Amino acid sequence: MFEYAPAPESRSVVDIAPSYGLFINGEFVPASSSGGVFKTVNPASEEVLAEVASAGAEDVDLAVAAARRAFGPWSALPGAERAKYLFRIARIIQERSRELAVLESLDNGKPIKESRDVDLPLVAAYFFYYAGWADKLAYAGFGANPQPLGVAAQVIPWNFPLMMLAWKIAPALAAGNTVVLKPAETTPLSALFFADICRQADLPPGVVNIITGAGETGRTLVEHPDVNKVAFTGSTEVGRQIARSVAGTRKRLTLELGGKAANIVFDDAPIDQAVEGIVNGIFFNQGHVCCAGSRLLVQESAYDEVLTALKRRMATLRVGDPLDKNTDIGAINSAAQLARIRELSDIGASEGAERWSPPCELPSQGFWFAPTIFTGVTQAHRIAREEIFGPVLSVLTFRTPDEAIEKANNTPYGLSAGVWTEKGSLILAMADKLRAGVVWANTFNKFDPTSPFGGYKESGYGREGGRHGLEAYLA
Amino acid sequence: MTATATSRLPDVSGSAFNLRSFLHGLPGVDKVGVEARAASLGTRSVKTTAKAAAIDLAIRMVDLTTLEGSDTPGKVRALSAKAVRPDPSDPTCPSVAAICVYPAMVPVAAEVLAGTGVHLASVATAFPSGQAPLDVKLADTRDAVAGGADEIDMVISRGAFLSGRYDHVYDEIVAVKEACGSAHLKVILETGELGTYDNVRRASWLAMLAGADFIKTSTGKVPVAATLPVTLVMLEAVRDFRAQTGRQVGVKPAGGIRTTKDAIKYLVLINETVGDDWLDPDWFRFGASSLLNDLLMQRTKLTTGHYAGPDYFTLD
Repeated sequence: MFEYAPAPESRSVVDIAPSYGLFINGEFVPASSSGGVFKTVNPASEEVLAEVASAGAEDVDLAVAAARRAFGPWSALPGAERAKYLFRIARIIQERSRELAVLESLDNGKPIKESRDVDLPLVAAYFFYYAGWADKLAYAGFGANPQPLGVAAQVIPWNFPLMMLAWKIAPALAAGNTVVLKPAETTPLSALFFADICRQADLPPGVVNIITGAGETGRTLVEHPDVNKVAFTGSTEVGRQIARSVAGTRKRLTLELGGKAANIVFDDAPIDQAVEGIVNGIFFNQGHVCCAGSRLLVQESAYDEVLTALKRRMATLRVGDPLDKNTDIGAINSAAQLARIRELSDIGASEGAERWSPPCELPSQGFWFAPTIFTGVTQAHRIAREEIFGPVLSVLTFRTPDEAIEKANNTPYGLSAGVWTEKGSLILAMADKLRAGVVWANTFNKFDPTSPFGGYKESGYGREGGRHGLEAYLA
Repeated sequence: MTATATSRLPDVSGSAFNLRSFLHGLPGVDKVGVEARAASLGTRSVKTTAKAAAIDLAIRMVDLTTLEGSDTPGKVRALSAKAVRPDPSDPTCPSVAAICVYPAMVPVAAEVLAGTGVHLASVATAFPSGQAPLDVKLADTRDAVAGGADEIDMVISRGAFLSGRYDHVYDEIVAVKEACGSAHLKVILETGELGTYDNVRRASWLAMLAGADFIKTSTGKVPVAATLPVTLVMLEAVRDFRAQTGRQVGVKPAGGIRTTKDAIKYLVLINETVGDDWLDPDWFRFGASSLLNDLLMQRTKLTTGHYAGPDYFTLD
């Protein structure tokens, strides 16, 4: 009766060059003989967007050296002067937000609705927030005269390319550090556009350096002897390798790793909003969220009601062209990730869990996976234990608050959790016992620059965001 | 409604305690969540063919309304004529769903609307305050029906509702429903005065249990009238009510909906909350007076490619 006509955002607002170099010391330079090039594709169409330089060991040396040279003058600037640059960057991000949102959706596959309404506003907010701290470091609670660490090596993932960049770069610069950042090899473009924003803001050369490349580039950067601080967001497996390589050095380390968060729904929850929260918890950004609520724990007495409502709601999710303003779920970021999601889902089905997806037509080109739930899942299923990092939800049940806590905590991870109930005292009691860095009450996947974020157990250590986020960049 | 469905209706008529227990046992509404959901649906982009279909549907859903102390037979005749033929220059433009007037104006409108298929709604029951004895409300209702109204918009006693006398409100609705005879009953909850979304959900269920054919947000006479989140809560209520009882109830947001853009947001809300079954003038109405001209203006823009000035559309 009422089908939405396609409402595509124009991609002409973004001008992608055929090839990009590395951003070192304020200039774009080609990779040295030790480096190479690679291609970045649009996951929704598999179209090649640009050719990007892959930094080799020599390039990493150059970038770290540039950051080292810039560190002295940058850290010597009065905090208020550094704040001016950060404010300027934040304002340029706002001015160019439409361009950046389209770029992010092209390179990452996430729906424009999310890049436009969630990612970009948050990216600007993190820069604004840390700009405010730059001249108030002495009042942050880390001593009267906190000092920057030096050169920060930062390696970020592909799920929120620009937002992870903001989480890393904004506090580092506010505290007086200089950075060498390596974006993920499948989503390098927005970081390179950010390099251009640094130039537009007249940021002194070398304060921010962006080197692109795959895992090897990241390893070389993290292991570089002249780096003082390593910050990594990504998989637990890589996090472990980094922890090993940093062990025994004087480098400071923060890790934001995987998760298998429990989203706990009690029978007195506001059901309609809880269902929205479940959907937002696992299908936001195609489930490519380390704090995704990938384990739904429903109180048995509300199970039928919640499942009926959830399936009804999932049937309205619109999967397709990320640039269409009406798209809810975009493309899976890469063929490799799609293969991993398929593999784990097949394991779920073969282990006996019941698999369900709403009827939805997937585009023939590109990497796609329909929103999926598994019911009848138990703690013994692999899909209840391993991070899938895709739009796949495992549904488990519990009978009492204590059982909910036990099951929620029974995971090697501890990044986030959600609690849905109308009973305030229960929310507080649960939050107290859940071993997770963030506990959301009657909401899920909400981020704010003033709020610290970070994990327990194998979800990493250290906090990003808020006053705590500064601590990781100060001595 | 099937026999099995009827038997699943909660038996609440017998005691004030049962009614209260039932209403307070409904799932709560999280304010932040419901407002966020309504806002996110408000960003749906409805263009070209979808927009053209939406505009015509919205026109067919309008209850063209005049509820002024200064209403005269002349004004009501003019508005009734417009309801039948909203755009005299374009015969493809559909009629609106109904005209909505005060009881005293019902016979005037009935004369113009006879045989046109446009319904005639009247706000009876001491509109807009509802602060009158029951026999006055019933007499008001019977007069309107006798005069030719086939839809009655009644207001609930918000005072009784807010003081927890749910049984009083329930009994009043039952009595008015009976006085309506075959006329459809729309129950106005005046959500702007109910204070919380929990109350909106309870009032919705209360009205439906008592026999309402439609639940309606507002009189348009208090500062806060129809909003997207309130309408969302009411749509969830009619959806859940049908699932429980098999009986479908309509929804009518009223007051403050003035632009095509606003109207389309409501259509999106229906589409994604209750679906096709409610995307029909039998089950969804807009209570509005100035919305129609904006819909006509946008409709003309889509067909001609140009915006025409207000002078190209009739005043009333």
